[in-house]
Amino acid sequence: MCKRVALLALLAFACHREIRHIQPTAQDASRMLPVRVSGLQPGPKQLGSSTALNNPYEGNAYAISQGQQLFDKYNCSGCHFHGGGGIGPPLMDEEWIYGSSPAQIYISIAEGRPNGMPSWGGHIPDYQIWQLVTYVRSVGGFEGKVATASRAEGMQARRAEEPK
Amino acid sequence: MRIQSALDPAGPQAGQIAHLFWIFTWICAGVYVVTLLFVFVATIKGRRNAEPDLTKEHTLGIGVSVAAGVTVAVLFALLVASVATGSAIGTFGENDPRQLEVAVTGHQWWWEVKYPDALNPSAMVTDANEIHIPIHTKVLLRIQTADVIHSLWIPNLHGKRDLIPGRVNKLWIEADRPGVFRAQCAEFCGLQHAHMALVVFAQKPEEFAQWKAAAAQGAATPATPAAIRGQQVFLGAPCAKCHNLVGVDAYGSIGPDLTHIASRKTLGAGTLINNRGNLAGWISNAPALKPGVLMPPNVMSAGELQDLLAYLETLR
Repeated sequence: MCKRVALLALLAFACHREIRHIQPTAQDASRMLPVRVSGLQPGPKQLGSSTALNNPYEGNAYAISQGQQLFDKYNCSGCHFHGGGGIGPPLMDEEWIYGSSPAQIYISIAEGRPNGMPSWGGHIPDYQIWQLVTYVRSVGGFEGKVATASRAEGMQARRAEEPK
Repeated sequence: MRIQSALDPAGPQAGQIAHLFWIFTWICAGVYVVTLLFVFVATIKGRRNAEPDLTKEHTLGIGVSVAAGVTVAVLFALLVASVATGSAIGTFGENDPRQLEVAVTGHQWWWEVKYPDALNPSAMVTDANEIHIPIHTKVLLRIQTADVIHSLWIPNLHGKRDLIPGRVNKLWIEADRPGVFRAQCAEFCGLQHAHMALVVFAQKPEEFAQWKAAAAQGAATPATPAAIRGQQVFLGAPCAKCHNLVGVDAYGSIGPDLTHIASRKTLGAGTLINNRGNLAGWISNAPALKPGVLMPPNVMSAGELQDLLAYLETLR
């Protein structure tokens, strides 16, 4: 009896269900960042460092699959292909021109980068940019094994051990 | 007249299916009644003489043989009826020169409807969540999916046909009376599977031609000051990233084409009735009305929203 209760108690704690963010609010959709044309800022740097912005969807499988859908729909694959790169740089190798942290990828998408990367901020809702960030990170192998699809439709880098 | 019922057929295809349904229903009902009758008799007789009479074994044997023979005959008759119906439905429309082609694409969770025109590509009509067909014309629906498996089911016109990724399936339909018929996705396709409806308008050929000519036109030019401002809101806001307006600088192809949104009956694939209030709610916060939908909540001032609504209302 005691064992059964202990087992049930264990189940109650062990089952963690991922939260699917299916009802984004107006606040999620509105922009977090003001437009910045220059990377030069007076005083201490506020944006662009790797920890300035937190990805709300880190490790969220639903966000990765939504991001994957958007990656094709917004034609990211038109330049980056499915992570292998073509017109745009690849997203699954070690070389990240503008950084591979969630905040840096967010800014690359929202603000755009020189020589071709358009600025998406304001054109698509903010939470979708984060979903794209999460997907791009999963392509690069930065997202945990638990959230990343075990059999990806596109390309995907795999890491020997958990990153971070 | 029921708008979504396989038992109220509005065309030869659904007629065949309904016919087969009634054959099966009546024969199976007959079998059921006869079986119950025998069970009833056996229950009463079995009580009277509990010991089986072995001298009557031969007669019983004949009875069992006859019953088995009748069962096989009935099953065979039903099989013949099924095959005949299947063949009639399957060959319908083939080798028929008088045809109209409509391309239907299932998305999570709405229907894209296109009327390709090989001779005049600029006359191609793109619609969403509504199919217009002329009556007494065999219509070929070329159905495909943009994401997962869906299934198109217009009960009044035909049975179900699945939309399989990477394939184009065919569905021949014909309506023999004017009417409005509701269709529904019939294969679970995600969160909002239930809100993935389609309306079929069967119209007289002249009405259909009139509709198609109007639908082939580009988006109406805004005339009032509010509508002119509304168009600027549409092009400046994220709307144009996903939605298409023929003749205007909006080329998005992720969401439904909005060139004639004001003439549609519903919003969000049958989620809401299309009126100004619902449209305002849908634009402001679609995920609250249809959780999981790709349409994001949109933040804008009340004035901008009213202008945008005024513009969208002119898109007939």
